[in-house]
Amino acid sequence: MTKFRFYSLTLLGLFFCQLATAQDVVVDAGLMRSNGKIFVVMAVVLTILFGLFAYLISIDKKITRLEKDQSNQ
Amino acid sequence: MIRKYWWKILSIVLLVYTCTYGFYVKVPRLDDRMKESIRNFFFHVPMWFTMMILLLVSMIYSIRYLRNPTAKNDAYAVAFASTGVIYGLLGLVTGAIWANYQWGSPWSGDPKQNGAAIAMLIYLAYFVLRGSLTEEDKKGRIGAVYNIFAFFMLFPTLWILPRLTESLHPGGEGAEGNPGINGKDMDVQMRTVFYPAVIGWTLLGVWISTLQIRLAILVDKTYNHD
Repeated sequence: MTKFRFYSLTLLGLFFCQLATAQDVVVDAGLMRSNGKIFVVMAVVLTILFGLFAYLISIDKKITRLEKDQSNQ
Repeated sequence: MIRKYWWKILSIVLLVYTCTYGFYVKVPRLDDRMKESIRNFFFHVPMWFTMMILLLVSMIYSIRYLRNPTAKNDAYAVAFASTGVIYGLLGLVTGAIWANYQWGSPWSGDPKQNGAAIAMLIYLAYFVLRGSLTEEDKKGRIGAVYNIFAFFMLFPTLWILPRLTESLHPGGEGAEGNPGINGKDMDVQMRTVFYPAVIGWTLLGVWISTLQIRLAILVDKTYNHD
């Protein structure tokens, strides 16, 4: 569990570093700036989606552990 | 089934597909107001499809509870009903956001909007009813009967009444009214996103419901059998 949390936080940290540097680099229209910056919206939606998935998976794991504990009693 | 995980992965894959290809796929330009907001078809409409499926499952478990009153059947009915209501509320809110830009105001008293809101209130009363009863078996029985009635109230509120009058929803003009489910605005390419989206959101709803069910069963075992 702590391992899972460590890795997910590290990944999140790396992702935010990426975002922070993306702001001051002025590149000509890359993928993220094409098509009216619609891919920025896609990135936001995917971040929310992955956050919710991670949350759901962690709840699922906790319940599975409780079920195992109870059947072992 | 509820402890297997392949369908959870399928749900994640389908939703990631919806949220990426859904922004990328070419969409038809219906009118000058709709523009790109037609992509809401991939997010707003599946909320209602999923709600109907989850509430149907909930109703089936309520019938099963009346035939065989076990804590498990009751837990299934409650979990699917509450997830279904969450989807319905999300459908109302996303619909209001979309309506603000398409119809000019978040709530225009459209028959489909009113019907959906009434349906949600009927379902909220289900939880109030359950919460007001203290005896477990009375709560289960009266709740199950109410839940079956609540499901059948979805038909007039969502399917019949909005069809008897003009509706702003697609297909709701005049006599051919079939507001909500009319698919003629979607071309083949949009369908390749829409149907996977419905399956993905439904599986996610089932996932959330099964977590609630498993928790309810754990609580039941802990407090009623020790």
